[in-house]
Amino acid sequence: MWAVQLLVESLFNGIAIGSVLLIAALGLAIVFGLMGVINLAHGELIMLGAYTTYVVQLIFRLPLFQPFFDAYVLVALPAAFLVSGVVGVLLERTVIRRLYGNPLETLLATWGVSLILQQFVRSVPLASATGLVLALFVGLLAPALLPSELMAGPRGRFTSAGIWAGAALMGVLAAAGLGSLVSSLSRANPRNVDVTAPAWMRGSLDLAGLTMPVPRLVIIAITVVAVLGIAWFLARSVWGMRIRAVTQNRPMSDCLGIPTETVDVLTFGVGSGLAGVAGVAVSLLGSVGPNVGTSYIVGCFMVVVLGGVGNLLGTVIASLVIGVMTDLIGAGRLLTAWPGMPSSMATVVDFFATTSMAQVLIFSLIVVFLQFRPAGLFPQKGRLVEA
Amino acid sequence: MPSIKIRRIAAGAAFSVVAFSLAACGPGDQAAGDFDDTVKVGILHSLTGTMAISESTLVDTQKMAIDEINAAGGVEVDGKKYKIEYIVEDGASDWPTFAEKAAKLIDQDEVPVVFGGWTSASRKAMLPVFESKDAFLYYPIQYEGQECSRNIMYTGATPNQQSEPATAFMFKESPAAGKPFYLVGSDYVFPRTSNTITKEQLKSLGGEVVGEDYLPLGNTEVAPIIAKIRTALPDGGVIINTLNGDQNVAFFKQIQDAGITPANDYYVMSYSIAEEEIGQIGPEFLEGHYGAWNYMMSIDTPASKTFAENFKKKYGDDRVVADPQESAYNMVYLWKKGVEKAGTFDNAAVRAALIGIKFDAPQGPIEVRPNHHISQTVRIGEITADGQFKIIEESDGPIDPQAWNQFEPSSKGYACDWSDPSKGERFRL
Repeated sequence: MWAVQLLVESLFNGIAIGSVLLIAALGLAIVFGLMGVINLAHGELIMLGAYTTYVVQLIFRLPLFQPFFDAYVLVALPAAFLVSGVVGVLLERTVIRRLYGNPLETLLATWGVSLILQQFVRSVPLASATGLVLALFVGLLAPALLPSELMAGPRGRFTSAGIWAGAALMGVLAAAGLGSLVSSLSRANPRNVDVTAPAWMRGSLDLAGLTMPVPRLVIIAITVVAVLGIAWFLARSVWGMRIRAVTQNRPMSDCLGIPTETVDVLTFGVGSGLAGVAGVAVSLLGSVGPNVGTSYIVGCFMVVVLGGVGNLLGTVIASLVIGVMTDLIGAGRLLTAWPGMPSSMATVVDFFATTSMAQVLIFSLIVVFLQFRPAGLFPQKGRLVEA
Repeated sequence: MPSIKIRRIAAGAAFSVVAFSLAACGPGDQAAGDFDDTVKVGILHSLTGTMAISESTLVDTQKMAIDEINAAGGVEVDGKKYKIEYIVEDGASDWPTFAEKAAKLIDQDEVPVVFGGWTSASRKAMLPVFESKDAFLYYPIQYEGQECSRNIMYTGATPNQQSEPATAFMFKESPAAGKPFYLVGSDYVFPRTSNTITKEQLKSLGGEVVGEDYLPLGNTEVAPIIAKIRTALPDGGVIINTLNGDQNVAFFKQIQDAGITPANDYYVMSYSIAEEEIGQIGPEFLEGHYGAWNYMMSIDTPASKTFAENFKKKYGDDRVVADPQESAYNMVYLWKKGVEKAGTFDNAAVRAALIGIKFDAPQGPIEVRPNHHISQTVRIGEITADGQFKIIEESDGPIDPQAWNQFEPSSKGYACDWSDPSKGERFRL
């Protein structure tokens, strides 16, 4: 009986660890896997999602919204998706699209962007940052919603200038309003901030001797929904099919009338938005600060590479495998499961049963695995475009 | 396209003018009083990067101490009144930069003293610079000990002024007295050395350590550690926590969800969580756990209250003061007293004069000991819902510092004494 319980506990812990890795890596699996963009600013897009959670939480502490405080996470999820998505779209349009096909330059440029974003949240008041993102959102979205004849011809320039002026005004108003309502958002704050989950999301559920912390369950749920959603989007929706078509053969897709540039923007935007969702998830577990992204970026790349670049199922399985292994090794489960093992073996197992050594061991195993399967668990079949 | 080029150059020039004028109005913005001369001191902390959040609070406190000294007439040497001015350099959370900037302050700016550093790594990077140039560094942070440089003045606690009394308290007097211990820390020198000392001390006390785990810096996945704590301490116990920065937030948020709380007989004693960190982690996750420091903001003496009030007056009502800041504040005053006693800014003379100097610090009386550390009072506090410590225990007066730890086998039986040339950095007792 206790063996079953141990197995279940270990499995739950492994899935819990793996789902954090998975939700963090999901966006990267899209932009790195489908577009081949090495985006080192992915961690900072997660960080923006976490800060969005913080801002939403503060808004829900206002007297007007206080009764709905328990539900703020439900608002934070789409908000974080939009914030990180908008910043991702801006990043794609200004930096990354000029560097397609140059992985090294992309790597350096996005690393620079990640440093800029970190310093940005340190030195800019969050109210102004929110206003800026709102202005960008309106400015980028409005041209797509307006009738196309307004944007074309000589009048287009005026329309576009008008849109941006209106967007800027909205941004300034939003920043001023937010700043005056929530005073702590009106000053730049380089310190880490505190995101408190609503009461129903704290504590743990006890089920047949198994303790399941509620935040972990929430993250597992968010991850499952996000993975299913993105899988549906890529496999069934029109734009998802276009994304896959462009990934497989860009010139041919272009010939057949698929707007490849729009597809690039959309793909990058969705990938970045998913990073924002991951930001909500990680804010439930740890601290929210300018550096929160840096602690996830290595794990994200590890998961995507191990799973096989360009394969969503591979990413899912790789993160679960790493999660379960982290728990098995790091928590010393073998020792608990088999207390009577020979002492020489017990010494070895015990040596690796710390988080530090478990990480070393897992990295080594991945390196060895990639020696035999360089393309990961599920290598991309067929030809890869722009390889 | 010459016009574009010219515009770029003009923009560049304008930018650098702005940058220079910003840099120029850093130090020395106090009104000049009746001074005969000025003396420039160096302040070297991280103003950018990951450590900036913590270290900038020290810069604030040191500036406050300097302003206070200037307002009271400056430093008096040989009948002449000197106004203190400061040059602030940025160590940028990067250890080689600390060494480089230290050399710059010593050689180029020719400052008689540098106040600086936070991490042990930054101190170890600066140590050879100060030793080779025979300059003087004042280092304000509680650390793992096992070092006693002639050219460094350590004003933070050594392990026998923080972790040892804390371990003894947890083992003998806390609500979890007699229960087994679990040690958790970040994977670098301070937690590992500190935990070695704790294990040796518990061995001599008859306590039991049932587990030890280290989280690599930058990793915030604490689930395996929590699983191990639950297995190793099924009925509650003591957790000694030396995690760093963000890792604390992940740890405390998640142990609470996992039921590792004071209500269930689990008590965490932390060595790196002061008032500043409590605010960042959130007191709701820390309430009922413990901390050990020399200074706590809740100390109920006029000196402590004045210190906290002056700081709030200068930097804002929402700011707090904590042990590292108090230590940074004290060291400026200790240097001033050393210089006045020596009657010169010369390093060797100040160093000799410093030993035995007493100061009424916000924490109470402190005294510079021959091993370049200071005697301080130790306090154990329980964290309350309003983000402060409720002081539960206080040592009977200041405790003498031990640079070389007496529990750690490699340094047992050694001590440090710079007042006697034949003893020096490390001698057998």
